[in-house]
Amino acid sequence: MVSPYYRSIYRMDEGLGVWEHRGKVAVVGVGHTPIDRRWDERPETSLGAYSMIAAQKAMDDAGISLDDIDGVVSCPRANIPEWSRPELPPPYNTADGVSKVTAEWLITNMGLNNVKFIDNTPDSLGGNISWALNFAAQAVGDGKAEVVLVRYTMGNFSGRYSQAGSNSEEEASGGGQWTGPWGWGAAGTPYAYLMGEYCRKYGSNPDRMAPFVVNARRNGRMFPDGYYYQHPEEALTVEDYLASRWIAKPLRIHDCDRPVQGGACYIVTTAERAKDMKQPPVYFLNHCVNKFDSRSSVETLDEVEGWMDSLQKKIYEGSGLTPRDIDVYNPYDGFTHFTQYYLEAMQWHGVKRGEAHDFYAGDISVEGPHPLLPSGGNNGTGRTRCAIYTDCIQQLRGQAGERQIRLKAETALGGETTPGSSAWTVFGKNPD
Amino acid sequence: MPRQVPIPDDLTKPFWDAINERRLVVQSCTDCGTLQYPPRPECQDCGSGNLGWKETNGRGKVSGYIVIHDSRMKVWWAEQPYNVAVVQLEEDPTINFFSNLPGTPVDDVPVGASVEVMFEEVAPGKLVHDWRVLS
Repeated sequence: MVSPYYRSIYRMDEGLGVWEHRGKVAVVGVGHTPIDRRWDERPETSLGAYSMIAAQKAMDDAGISLDDIDGVVSCPRANIPEWSRPELPPPYNTADGVSKVTAEWLITNMGLNNVKFIDNTPDSLGGNISWALNFAAQAVGDGKAEVVLVRYTMGNFSGRYSQAGSNSEEEASGGGQWTGPWGWGAAGTPYAYLMGEYCRKYGSNPDRMAPFVVNARRNGRMFPDGYYYQHPEEALTVEDYLASRWIAKPLRIHDCDRPVQGGACYIVTTAERAKDMKQPPVYFLNHCVNKFDSRSSVETLDEVEGWMDSLQKKIYEGSGLTPRDIDVYNPYDGFTHFTQYYLEAMQWHGVKRGEAHDFYAGDISVEGPHPLLPSGGNNGTGRTRCAIYTDCIQQLRGQAGERQIRLKAETALGGETTPGSSAWTVFGKNPD
Repeated sequence: MPRQVPIPDDLTKPFWDAINERRLVVQSCTDCGTLQYPPRPECQDCGSGNLGWKETNGRGKVSGYIVIHDSRMKVWWAEQPYNVAVVQLEEDPTINFFSNLPGTPVDDVPVGASVEVMFEEVAPGKLVHDWRVLS
């Protein structure tokens, strides 16, 4: 049960009308951390240290200094367990700064002396950068702070992802009572199941995901702050994808994003203050959240399509835009299998239910007429969840380099993570 | 199957007690009649806390499946790859269960097939529900 306070701030419900702060809040700074495959357990490469690097870059991008920041919004969680962290000297001697990074840690260690507004996205909401950005936008619109630093990083310690904790035990307790005894514990399991329902309903097969993944990786290699740009590998081909090993058939390893250590910071301010900053402002036109529980053990395609109908209503109603009005589209691809639900829900470029795989088989390159996921998403840049947002901002500023879409880029839509738990943001080059 | 042993809590103890007696029950809202599984503290439709238990007829249908090749769960590593099917309850198809479909070959699951509940002992006196395809 989400509290009424959070339901309201995150705009979880339909029927709220156009967002009251549409065009009055803007992103004015972006900065990414370095990006590593795994943490090497040194203080210099910790999530806290990396957050300070990204924060400084974001402030430099905006042309502001430490004393200009009067608000900090962090989503502290980094998707890694706390018990495996090494012994390090202060300020890396607790979980904060290492396994998570709170607003308070950043404020103390950077010396942000003028902060009057702080928020840490609660773990219970399953939040990430999209939630933190939306929260900051609402807070600035509401007048709670004027220049807000937004922070998010994901971590990757040694050992295989998500195998510690309850997954390594011989008993199943809590929520695990309903999944553990049948071994329902692998990456992306609900979406692997849903792909079966989808393919049977619409007449497709999972091999048709190949061009989507190839395109995401291609775009990611053009994203300088991403893992594959900085650690080049041979370009992924359709043959590579089809030959790759199963994780939870029909989900393949290349359908999964690569866990990495890194993230980004952003600066959010009023449209008025944005005029005095270095970069062209990128305005928030709307934000909203989809937050639903599945009916039973696992969500079905009918449920997901219902959730998607709700998301579509909220995105277009709050921004006053239609599918035709969205130029840049960066729907989450943490598992590639759910991006199709986002694509079909938004009817971007006219894609309707059951048509996503046909769309992927066409030209979805950044140079072409249907430049889907120009960021490269998580699949193409590593699991930081930030490329989606940075690309929306860079596209609208005209700073996306090789990834700049050849169509006009005046509005952007991005969001993450899952159909039942995701935060979405509409951006505009113009405030109106 | 290398199953984790379920640890009941206050909410779920009646459920697992019934399973140990080879009875598959689901929660039933006294106020609005909604059935639910897994058990929750409140009715997901009307929010009521007045929840009882209703015994099912133990019949269902396979609505889909995956084959796990790379499990995160240590106890399953020796077993993989293994089927995890999703079974809709015949009495309320919006309720679903996970199943390894004992007796069904790996990656050869008949989607749409009728199934019936069965019970496997995972520890002395402790059973877990699963499903088998009806031939």
